[in-house]
Amino acid sequence: MPNMSMKKVPMPEQDPNVRNKNFLEVALGYTEQMAMEEAQRCLNCKHKPCVDGCPVNVKIPEFIQLIAQGKFEEAYNKIKETNNLPAICGRVCPQETQCEKFCVRGIKGESVAIGRLERFAADWHMKNGTASHDKPKKNGKRVAVIGSGPASLTCASDLAKLGYEVTIFEAFHVPGGVLMYGIPEFRLPKKLVQDEIDTIKQLGVEIKTNMVIGKVFSIDELKEEGYDAIFIGSGAGLPSFMKIPGENLNGVYSANEFLTRINLMKAYDFPNCDTPVKVGKNVAVVGGGNVAMDAARSAKRLGAENVYIVYRRSEAEMPARLEEIHHAKEEGILLKLLTNPTRILGTDDGWVKGIECVEMELGEPDASGRRRPVVKEGSEHVLDVETVIIAIGQTPNPLITSTTPGLDTKWGGIIADENTGATSIEGVYAGGDAVTGAATVILAMGAGKKSAKAIDEYLKSKK
Amino acid sequence: MFKIVKKKILNPQVKLMEISAPHVAKKAEPGQFIILRVNENGERIPLTIADFDRTKGTVTIIFQEVGKTTKALGALEEGDELLDFVGPLGKASHFENVKKAAVIGGGLGTAIAYPQAKKLHSMGVEVHSIAGFRNKDLIILEDEMKAVSDKLFITTDDGSNGNKGFVSDVLKNLIEEGNKYDLVIAIGPLIMMKVISNLTKPYGIKTIVSMNPVMIDGTGMCGGCRVTVGGETKFACVDGPDFDGHQVDFDEAMRRQTMYKKEETLSMENIIADWG
Ligand SMILES: Cc1cc2nc3c(=O)[nH]c(=O)nc-3n(C[C@H](O)[C@H](O)[C@H](O)COP(=O)(O)OP(=O)(O)OC[C@H]3O[C@@H](n4cnc5c(N)ncnc54)[C@H](O)[C@@H]3O)c2cc1C
Ligand SMILES: Cc1cc2nc3c(=O)[nH]c(=O)nc-3n(C[C@H](O)[C@H](O)[C@H](O)COP(=O)(O)OP(=O)(O)OC[C@H]3O[C@@H](n4cnc5c(N)ncnc54)[C@H](O)[C@@H]3O)c2cc1C
Ligand code: SF4
Ligand code: SF4
Ligand code: FES
Repeated sequence: MPNMSMKKVPMPEQDPNVRNKNFLEVALGYTEQMAMEEAQRCLNCKHKPCVDGCPVNVKIPEFIQLIAQGKFEEAYNKIKETNNLPAICGRVCPQETQCEKFCVRGIKGESVAIGRLERFAADWHMKNGTASHDKPKKNGKRVAVIGSGPASLTCASDLAKLGYEVTIFEAFHVPGGVLMYGIPEFRLPKKLVQDEIDTIKQLGVEIKTNMVIGKVFSIDELKEEGYDAIFIGSGAGLPSFMKIPGENLNGVYSANEFLTRINLMKAYDFPNCDTPVKVGKNVAVVGGGNVAMDAARSAKRLGAENVYIVYRRSEAEMPARLEEIHHAKEEGILLKLLTNPTRILGTDDGWVKGIECVEMELGEPDASGRRRPVVKEGSEHVLDVETVIIAIGQTPNPLITSTTPGLDTKWGGIIADENTGATSIEGVYAGGDAVTGAATVILAMGAGKKSAKAIDEYLKSKK
Repeated sequence: MFKIVKKKILNPQVKLMEISAPHVAKKAEPGQFIILRVNENGERIPLTIADFDRTKGTVTIIFQEVGKTTKALGALEEGDELLDFVGPLGKASHFENVKKAAVIGGGLGTAIAYPQAKKLHSMGVEVHSIAGFRNKDLIILEDEMKAVSDKLFITTDDGSNGNKGFVSDVLKNLIEEGNKYDLVIAIGPLIMMKVISNLTKPYGIKTIVSMNPVMIDGTGMCGGCRVTVGGETKFACVDGPDFDGHQVDFDEAMRRQTMYKKEETLSMENIIADWG
């Protein structure tokens, strides 16, 4: 008999007023009992609507049934058939707009907690599972993978399993992409990302850090080095600014810089770690996505008293995951909605002292169906803050495209076939944020997977 | 890991190191820089590629010990290894239609200007070099600069080498004596680059300066290295580090350089406490 409760089994979490002072993970994860109880809410639907909502088609009812039966390792293996990074996806996928959106239990009540169950299975495996690390037999062909975010990790791992000799080239000193330098520890523990990376290394993938492709090697030179095919997964790392007065004052950060200082360079542990970060008593974060939530919640944890999220539309339009908005509010982050910054004010010696904003009203819906915000007359006001973090988006970095003649781009993104990742250059594939602009982990993984398959077909057809 | 194959002390605060990094050496050009990390928990710091040897696979860096990271680096010896060393970063210098150039180094800036002087010299350009130091004990790279310059002027703030004055005074004299420069390259403290840029502007002499804002990634991903050039925001790590001195907002750059003063002082105090 299924569990007919309208609500998900609640997720144990750190208390908001405790966690907003530490960087430990917020959500603590289901116990075996909780997972089995939640798994019993799944109706094992024949037509599996949930699966269509998942970009990598995780076998959702199948793995959930296995959890319900207490077969946790089997559940993990079932997920792994289509998803290389379940511990990560279970934590960061926007489930409410993907798998869980289509769950029939969501019609009346809450959908099945697919993400939480996926996370449970992955965590259970990490703690109790036995890994079998048969190194695949090499087929003698070499593939270069640029970047080491989720798109690249997925592509590299799929290719390695097929016997390709894969080398990852990463610009930073640590692999993992946004999973390491962007998404904070309290949402995605770095140990977990590291474990996934180690698994990929055990497949024989070589990871070369400190390698900025476009500078140290061009794409052509990689081919000359003997790589038979290349996958570009260099992400969307170029931060956008607002181009308003005062943006270069001391105390204005891009979210990329702020989060990189904290996550990658461990500035929260300054001066034990050498890289500092500045957080005022009052902080304004501009934007409404996951990046803005992460920056705001990090600022709070570093001791800011008042942290404002300044967003020009209403809460319903915020692109962040629902859970992150909910968590941010619980932790005391203040939402300034329908508010748009017009300039940043500075002291005589060049430090931020406030941010001037106007209020917005929602006008007629635009082409995307979202109602366009328009400025309310006479609504100028100033928020007194010492730190401003700009989190209004990122675009693909031009380092590679500008040094690769013949690689076609549009809006800064690499043009790649949707089903294969093939670019305008033979043997060169691309996927993830480098193609789509800032998107999601699971879409990047999906793209990496498709390219791995296409690269395999391409190299097989060549011999 | 990146091995230190040679270490040389140039003056009490300035050291030279040759680092084994074959793939960086292979692509390095004058004007570019690297970013290194000495150890885990260490900061990523940018240093100019002072020289390179493609056959030996080495890159030379010259650095002044000003804070925690440069001190930690200076404490390493030949045979030790650096944890991270990434490059070459930034745009290489491009010189076209230059017949006569003045290359000016302020203090440590001399080390950064040296590869540019060397490149110009190798292109057959007449090079007048001017290097300024606080006193004669701090003079570095005199022989190296001499070898790549048609004329070399070395000044000291206190006159202890018998040639008292600022580099800007020397340049002014040279211009007034009738030297027609197609290009001035000025590298050193921001205030010195500002003074030189203000000096050459009325003469309409193209002036290139090398900006050194705080950096993290060096690939255009953080925006921490923003400088305003010609009213536009540029990222020094990818758009520079060389810019047109007549367009740079030096006052903003000087302000931005003070952003972490307090933290830098704290780091220094800690290192002094640690090392006695
Ligand atoms: C703060 C933040 C929070 C987010 N939260 C979520 C979330 O909750 N859920 C979600 O689904 N998505 C989230 N995202 C988005 C998600 O992280 C990205 O869509 C995803 O990481 C893209 O993967 P990718 O592999 O394409 O690129 P990235 O993860 O960006 O990785 C690209 C890698 O390539 C490297 N690289 C770049 N240029 C070069 C070069 N020239 N040479 C060598 N290496 C290079 C980079 O250093 C980086 O390591 C978030 C993003 C950010 C910034
Ligand atoms: C493109 C570029 C090329 C450079 N080339 C050289 C070089 O060839 N030789 C050399 O000695 N120095 C060079 N610098 C400066 C060098 O990076 C700094 O001296 C170094 O980062 C200081 O680190 P620290 O921990 O020892 O000192 P800190 O304690 O961090 O700072 C001490 C002083 O150095 C300045 N500083 C701190 N961090 C940076 C930074 N990331 N960039 C610039 N200045 C900083 C501070 O304003 C302060 O005055 C260069 C900087 C850039 C951006
Ligand atoms: S990978 Fe993401 S979208 Fe797919 S089932 Fe898991 S949580 Fe849902
Ligand atoms: S739609 Fe919901 S209830 Fe149906 S199989 Fe999928 S998860 Fe289970
Ligand atoms: S150092 Fe990060 S963008 Fe230049």
